[in-house]
Amino acid sequence: MKSSVITFPGSNCDRDMDVALKKFGFKNKMVWHADTELPKSDLVVLPGGFSYGDYLRCGSMASKSKIMQSVINFANSGGMVMGICNGFQILVETGLVPGVLLRNKYLEFICKNVFVKINDKKNKYFKKVDNEVLELHIAHNEGNYFCTNDQLKEIEDNNQIAINYCDENGKIEDQFNPNGSIKNIAGIFNKEKNVLGMMPHPERMIDKSLSGEDGSLFFKHLINNLK
Amino acid sequence: MKISVIITLKKDVLDPQGKVIHQTLDGMGFDDVNEVRQGKYFEIDTKETDNDKAKAKVEEMCKKLLANLVIENYKIIDPK
Repeated sequence: MKSSVITFPGSNCDRDMDVALKKFGFKNKMVWHADTELPKSDLVVLPGGFSYGDYLRCGSMASKSKIMQSVINFANSGGMVMGICNGFQILVETGLVPGVLLRNKYLEFICKNVFVKINDKKNKYFKKVDNEVLELHIAHNEGNYFCTNDQLKEIEDNNQIAINYCDENGKIEDQFNPNGSIKNIAGIFNKEKNVLGMMPHPERMIDKSLSGEDGSLFFKHLINNLK
Repeated sequence: MKISVIITLKKDVLDPQGKVIHQTLDGMGFDDVNEVRQGKYFEIDTKETDNDKAKAKVEEMCKKLLANLVIENYKIIDPK
């Protein structure tokens, strides 16, 4: 299985993602944003970071960079594209997934472990993940998911919510919502579920020496799910 | 020709920054403020000399980059 991680100016989780993908069996390539051609890939990842210094709106500049047209074409032809954190912000700016990510409700940069509940396992990203609840890391200033009422209805009707912020038992309540996201949304799919955007960083939780290993639960089956 | 654009948040979108500015103004004694909404202002200097064409180009820029129409409205100010 081949993967590609796109590096934008200001990306800073691209190497972590490279380490994680390789650890779980992917042959990964790093791809520079100014390239126009995407290497043959089974999975494309838009990593976290602060692409273009978060100027204008987070992810807005990166969504117009040269490589993105190839990524959009790849996604539209059914290719698996995953955006983490700033990658999620880039995805919403391309329109591949609905909604936007606003400034966190209490105006704080949030950097901590949170719990997320997997909403649906009938997709290639979360299929066979053993747990219902994962402890993952978030680090963002603009993770407050927002969409119009019409979009929300469509997202819910199509079962496009991937993960919600919750407590360790999977209870989804306001008090476990770190950033003000509508419905505690931490990650969503496109309609076809080949594109996933999420704020938490599974690549930061793949080793005992880090603050947890629940990221491994996510990556463990990914390669087989893609086969 | 210089064209200006004002981007504002749509009515129903939460504006935490505007809220904090409102609170601060309140604390400073400006206690008759109903609401503060923060937006963005752009000045675009273009080579285009035709008024309508320039405005049409800037409108395209707004739709494609300057504004995110899910949450923002844009207003193009007539060039002087």
